[in-house]
Amino acid sequence: MNVGIEHFLVVGAILFAMGLGVALSKRNAIGVLMGVELMLNAVNLTLITFSRFSVSDRPVSGQTFVVFVITVAAAEAAVALALAVSVYRNRDTVDVDRLDLLKS
Amino acid sequence: MALPFLVDGASGNWYDIRDLSNISRLILENADKVLPQGIVYVLAPLIGFVASFLIFVLPSQLIVGVYGERKIIGRMQSRYGPNRVGPFGLLQPIADAIKLMQKEALTPTSADRAVMYIAPIVFVAPCVLLFAVIPFGPRMILANIPVGLLYFLAISSLPVLAAFMAGWSANNKYSLFGAMRIVAMTISYEVPLVLALLGVVLFTGTLSLQDMVFWTKEHHIWLVLLQPLAFVIYFICVSAELNRTPTDIAEAESEIVAGYLTEYSGMKWGLFYGMDIGYALAAAAFGATVFLGGWSMFGLDRWFPPWLIIIGKTHLFYFLFIWTRGTLPRLRSDQLMTFAWKFMLPVALANLFVVATERIIWVKGDLNDVALYGFAVLNIAIAAAVIVAWSRFLGYRPERNPLKPRMMKEARGYVPVVAAAKGDGR
Amino acid sequence: MDGFGVTAAFWVLAALTLVSAGGVMASRNLLHAVLFLIVTFIGIAGFFVLLSADFIAMAQVIIYVGAIAVLVLFAVLLTPRAGRDNGETKMAAPAWLLAVCLAAVFIFVIQDTNWHVLSTSPDLSAFDLGEALLGTWVLPFEIASVLLTAALVGSIMLARTPQEEAEDALA
Repeated sequence: MNVGIEHFLVVGAILFAMGLGVALSKRNAIGVLMGVELMLNAVNLTLITFSRFSVSDRPVSGQTFVVFVITVAAAEAAVALALAVSVYRNRDTVDVDRLDLLKS
Repeated sequence: MALPFLVDGASGNWYDIRDLSNISRLILENADKVLPQGIVYVLAPLIGFVASFLIFVLPSQLIVGVYGERKIIGRMQSRYGPNRVGPFGLLQPIADAIKLMQKEALTPTSADRAVMYIAPIVFVAPCVLLFAVIPFGPRMILANIPVGLLYFLAISSLPVLAAFMAGWSANNKYSLFGAMRIVAMTISYEVPLVLALLGVVLFTGTLSLQDMVFWTKEHHIWLVLLQPLAFVIYFICVSAELNRTPTDIAEAESEIVAGYLTEYSGMKWGLFYGMDIGYALAAAAFGATVFLGGWSMFGLDRWFPPWLIIIGKTHLFYFLFIWTRGTLPRLRSDQLMTFAWKFMLPVALANLFVVATERIIWVKGDLNDVALYGFAVLNIAIAAAVIVAWSRFLGYRPERNPLKPRMMKEARGYVPVVAAAKGDGR
Repeated sequence: MDGFGVTAAFWVLAALTLVSAGGVMASRNLLHAVLFLIVTFIGIAGFFVLLSADFIAMAQVIIYVGAIAVLVLFAVLLTPRAGRDNGETKMAAPAWLLAVCLAAVFIFVIQDTNWHVLSTSPDLSAFDLGEALLGTWVLPFEIASVLLTAALVGSIMLARTPQEEAEDALA
């Protein structure tokens, strides 16, 4: 049984869905962040798959895009975790259900 | 030239004793004809694993790693070191291992059992993987991948996680302190380390360790002469990441009992201890390959087995680790952080700038090897000047009113600087 | 892509990645979830090697495992009284429904499309990637470095307390 483009894309799709589920359903802000990281990884996998399989005159573009995604993911993780620590200092919790001051 | 097969390394004869990979290649090629397809893929790593352990890791760890280190440190501290077990105390490591195996491997009741059990395994595995990309000869390399240097950096970031798992799972505050310290240290020192190696990559124009050795061989100069600053930064950063003694704040026994190893005992502890030496040897082999010319030795490698040359250079590098361990006192946690961010990082950036400029001059001017020797002299001068100038700029004096490390606050051991300055102390 | 080695590697990596991603969502302990996340990252790096993107695979391990996962561990430890609980919100059921529907749509589309693929791997090295990054894509590359600096400064500012700033003003 040969491994083709569909196999990699299906793995990427399932991983993305799992990441979405984690990001939407977790109560802890750091858990939500982990879901986002899973989704970004799924996207990276899909991009590399296209870079490897698709017919194009410049196949390196997919890998270039992945470099940018990784950069942005690193920046996003740093800022999000600083936010989590900052919120924790003020409210003593990082539970996203309890951060509802605007709801009065 | 009476024995041509001993001289011509590229002849591919399996009986060329200088290159042990010929033998393994012969075994694998013949096995491929006999065995069903695919089995040989399993056989190859097995042979490589056994061979690398037999040639390098096992004797190095047992004889030089443990015994040599204790003996040399003993002499540095005006004592004899191990001298009871066997001739000259040579059997001491074996006696230690037997003692460790007899001990009970305790697990605290409140510990996270699964993570605590997995942590030593996660710690050991990357050490074996690291040796895959170290070239031991012209063709004697387990995996000659084009991004060998990055592979080494990537794999060497894994043991930190194992140390963290060990520290967190034990559910002991000293373990947790050790884990936090090692993680913070590694993040800080990874930055100048990568910047220093970037200079080397920039100059040689390759990420493959084997090509780097060939570059050294072609231009007849070691990179330690060409980039002394990068070598110094690599050495300090790697000894900080490996928790060697001047920088071993993660397991400082006078501050936090044994750091992340506090709750480990028996052979689980032994695995951490042994693999600490394994990582030091891997880092030494990597440093010897990148900076000291690997298996090449100004033409001597035509007559002498290259794998003996690289092992010799590795142990030379490892001696530097032992030397610093035997002579320097331990630094404080905040001092190490300050050193990483305020000293190492700017110096590494300066090194990168100088190297990039020289590379441009060398390539655009189409210069020859003599220019490289000129660069070497210039770079040694620049290295000394940058180190002296930057330490002058930073004040070059002990901190009179040191800030407490931030993490102390989480431990409730925080003393406000304002109060300390007024003189009422703690 | 055929051959026994590639096929076996694909299925092993797929199982590793998806099972550990399942561990991220199922484990009750936040630290265990982070450890599962690290295994997922390593599995993805394995996929990159399989897709002959060596450089990206190594960058993935260095950045995700060496930096981002460690940052997440730090954040978990710096928020101690928030609990290590990895529980779910009230909206968990609709969230999972949405995720399952999305996965179903994706898989249907992937199976339905007639992919026009290369039979051989394009020969890409780290050299090509470097040329593309510093040639065609040099402007996004520079902007990414500005973004990283901004994120660095911003996260330092966010994580500081007024207390610490007062100390630094004195020191």
